[in-house]
Amino acid sequence: MSEFFQYVINGLSQGGTYALVALGYTMVFGILQLINFAHGEVYMLGAFTGLYTLRFFGARIVEFYNLALSVGADQASTTVAILTAITVIVISMITCATVGYFVERLAYRPLRNSPRINLLITAVGVSLFFQYSGQLIFGSSPQPYPDLFENLESWTFGSDENLLVINPLQVFVFVTAITLMLILRHVIFNTRLGRAMRAVSFSHELSSLMGIPTNRIITATFMIGSSLAGAAGVMVGMTYPKVEPLMGSLPGLKAFCAAVLGGIGNVTGAVLGSFILGLAEAFLSGYGAPTYKDALAFTILILILLVKPSGLLGVHRTEKV
Amino acid sequence: MNLGTSVLKVTRVGILKGRLLAAVSTLLIGSSVFAATIKIGEVGSMTGSEATFGISTHEGIELAIKEQNAKGGIKGQKIELISLDDQGKPEEAAIATTKLITQDKVVAILGEVASSRSLAMAPIAQKYKVPMISPSSTNPKVTAVGDHIFRVCFIDPFQGAVMAKFASENLKAKKVAIFRDVKSDYSVGLSDFFKEAFLKAGGEVVVDQSYSSGEVDFNSQLTSIRAKKPDVIFLPGYYTEVGLIAKQARKLGIKAAILGGDGWDSEKLYEIGGKSLNNSYFSNHYSQDDQTPAVQSFIATYKKAYNKIPDGLGALGYDAARVLFAAMETTKTGSTAEVQGALAKTKDFQGVTGKITMDEMRNATKSAVVLEVKDGKFLYKTTINP
Amino acid sequence: MKNKKQNKNALNPTDPFCGFASLRWWLLAVAVVWVLNSILPDLMGPYYFQILILAGINVILAVSLNLVNGFTGQFSMGHAGFMSVGGYISAYITTQLIVSHPEIMNDAILGSAVFVGSLLLGGLGATCTGYLVGLPSLRLRGDYLAIVTLGFGEIIRVVFLNMDAVGGARGLSGIMQFSSFGWVFTLAIFTVFTVWRVVHSAQGRVLLSIREDEIAATAMGVNTTQGKVRAFAMGAFFAGVAGGLFAHYLTIMSPGTFDFNRSFEIIIMVVLGGMGSISGSVVAAVLLTSLKEALRPLQQLTGVDLRMVIYSLVLITMMLARPSGIFGTREIGDIYRDWRAGKAPKDAKKLKASTPSKGGAA
Repeated sequence: MSEFFQYVINGLSQGGTYALVALGYTMVFGILQLINFAHGEVYMLGAFTGLYTLRFFGARIVEFYNLALSVGADQASTTVAILTAITVIVISMITCATVGYFVERLAYRPLRNSPRINLLITAVGVSLFFQYSGQLIFGSSPQPYPDLFENLESWTFGSDENLLVINPLQVFVFVTAITLMLILRHVIFNTRLGRAMRAVSFSHELSSLMGIPTNRIITATFMIGSSLAGAAGVMVGMTYPKVEPLMGSLPGLKAFCAAVLGGIGNVTGAVLGSFILGLAEAFLSGYGAPTYKDALAFTILILILLVKPSGLLGVHRTEKV
Repeated sequence: MNLGTSVLKVTRVGILKGRLLAAVSTLLIGSSVFAATIKIGEVGSMTGSEATFGISTHEGIELAIKEQNAKGGIKGQKIELISLDDQGKPEEAAIATTKLITQDKVVAILGEVASSRSLAMAPIAQKYKVPMISPSSTNPKVTAVGDHIFRVCFIDPFQGAVMAKFASENLKAKKVAIFRDVKSDYSVGLSDFFKEAFLKAGGEVVVDQSYSSGEVDFNSQLTSIRAKKPDVIFLPGYYTEVGLIAKQARKLGIKAAILGGDGWDSEKLYEIGGKSLNNSYFSNHYSQDDQTPAVQSFIATYKKAYNKIPDGLGALGYDAARVLFAAMETTKTGSTAEVQGALAKTKDFQGVTGKITMDEMRNATKSAVVLEVKDGKFLYKTTINP
Repeated sequence: MKNKKQNKNALNPTDPFCGFASLRWWLLAVAVVWVLNSILPDLMGPYYFQILILAGINVILAVSLNLVNGFTGQFSMGHAGFMSVGGYISAYITTQLIVSHPEIMNDAILGSAVFVGSLLLGGLGATCTGYLVGLPSLRLRGDYLAIVTLGFGEIIRVVFLNMDAVGGARGLSGIMQFSSFGWVFTLAIFTVFTVWRVVHSAQGRVLLSIREDEIAATAMGVNTTQGKVRAFAMGAFFAGVAGGLFAHYLTIMSPGTFDFNRSFEIIIMVVLGGMGSISGSVVAAVLLTSLKEALRPLQQLTGVDLRMVIYSLVLITMMLARPSGIFGTREIGDIYRDWRAGKAPKDAKKLKASTPSKGGAA
């Protein structure tokens, strides 16, 4: 029985990592109806930004917080680690938002009025470009992530027979995913920017007629989505301390599947879909056929598109002529 | 770089001359005499999902050539390496092989890491009767293609048996869990032969789990392994995943020893896995503590050249090149036929990865060592002979 | 309007390209291929010859994908999956047959018959898969279809990875090398011919109408789902045949060869050549296959492999600067005719108007 709960925990934490990627995916899709294949690569860039920040400035950041909190090097190290992690995440988010801005500006905006297929192909091109130039710049061998939380013990419950292990980092990812979702919900439903986003997602032409700066809103959405991917990259790098230039492609696709499962364009749906996918993968690996794990996300995607194309929480939209 | 310009020239002169050259080349092949430099080809994946292995191998080969040239090359002639990228695709590997043989007129080919690509290259090398040495393709079928295909690594049956023997005799394990990389032919092959040997030794395989390379979360598979309470986990993957798996296994409270194969050998293993790797063992070609000059000088020069400790693939690449040079030095004219003959006669060649002797199937027979991972060091445990 | 124009041209006896529609022209081409088959290897040298053969296989893949992506306007990203189905089936058949009946190899005609038979069965297997995949997923709109087909491609790959009969991750090796220049190009010509005839038939009009405006086509009584599934199944057939040729050329099949990067590669060919242009696909397939090799000296000069970076940049620039590809929806014949009539080629704006539809502004 303890295994069952362990699978649930594993599934939720894996789902959390998908959710972080899926949130950005779903926002971009919601506003542009574009499967941004490059999203997984932005996530990879985020992970590498975090890696290099930690490698070159990590010690200085830690030192800074030690001084700021006026504690010794060994005291309150967890607090310092958390603060350092947050700093790195913010740096990575800013970098990725910049990358997102340039990708949108240079590759996607010129195609705003061309067929959507062209946009999709461009997205594939951008994705391949980041993958292969990443291999040249970062090197293709996997790199270890600096372990900020080395002293952090896992929480264990039960004894030898019924051991239940929870890694605090997994909880961190899970909580961040939920928090970001709530923040995004707030932004989308309670702010001017959010209202503009919803309007643009409804119709580009109509919203620009209503005086909404459509291009600026789309850029903003892109930057928010990319910064989320950046945050995801750092957090995944910390939880699973190995990063490589091709790390983004499969999680990116899986996160998209999760977003469709929850209802694309819907942030709550993206998180819900991610958790369902994470749980399904955990149970499949644990009980049945782990060799089919890579196929599971796509199978779920196909099933949901056949049964309920708008996803679990999505609203059905009729096609307009 | 002169190797680049020489190739550029070929394309620049145009297709007509290229055709002419190629047509002439078919006549000349097999009787190629030492030119100003001796050309050796390498095919590897320098980009793509398996690039990290291809690049390690490439560095080992490069180092061997640099050393040999510093010693004056082979009989006074410098060696020129032409290395081509196959992006991890078999058809690219095949084209690259044809190019190396028919355009660049290489005397021998080194490569590929993965068996699936070596198998695409081998028929071509065999057809043109150019010796090909694979540094690390473990599938027995690779050298079965023909008498010009060699390898310097273990084959799956041997290494599987080594670890099965170690698990049952040295660790006294009865129940073993296998955790294989379903995407990698190396891992699948090794698992199968380990399983066979371990069952024969009277052990029991309690669970056969799998992952696919590129994944990062293995908690669920490990949970199901934990439930079966194995004495030992056999994890024949590459270092790219093993470190993470060990980390997650220990976090989940799995204390069983973890065993693996030569795919573990890399400093990256410990960088990623850290202390979680204590109480784990893997079979390898050599131990870095081995005080023989061949090993120590290799490690020192490699460190100097690339600023890192060589991994297993680097060492195998280095040995593949050196076995080739040793064979070439014994020949009179250096023709491909002679090199092939000399390679087949390789006996007790003192390489970094052990004393290499080619058997009748052109597989390297050498003893394996078992290393224990302890606090970032690979400690010598035992030697197992074929 | 465009179709009408092509019809008119097909009937115009003074037009040198009207013969494209007649079988005679194609049979002649096949004959030429077999003549070349015996002289080309010596003329070109094995290296260029090998590139040519792989280019031929890529021609089949690109043209068949163009039928789906270009002419029907459905964006499939799972072509590699169908390719692997065909490849595995035909390779499995020949390897099994040769193990049980080694005498097949002694008879050239029997061997060829077995080979072609296995290719056909492989193609049919891929067709069935295509039909199964297409039936449910073609109900979806463009970009969903893209990711679903991509997903199916991955599922097929994972299934082969788990199939012990074909070697799983170790792959299926020891396949006989049946694919010669003659066979590859005969089948390439057959593919181009068939796709050409289909596109210019009544069925082709159905496909084009789906591409131009699916809702309008439905309103006009066109069974769009059926049309799409047919195009899809046919595309899958040729992908399967190409897979069989690929397997019997490389003599090894492994699941990792058919991941989504290969699908992307075929898509790049179709897009570069022009979605909706058969000759465009042919030209792009040959061009890209040779470009990869032509860029090798660059790799040797710089020491790093920049080929895929260049590829992706070409793809992005192409989409930004000339989204209709090299040929747009026109064929090489159209361009020749324009040139002969002394007309300046149509400007880019007009080309843009004839590229695949806007795909529903949701």
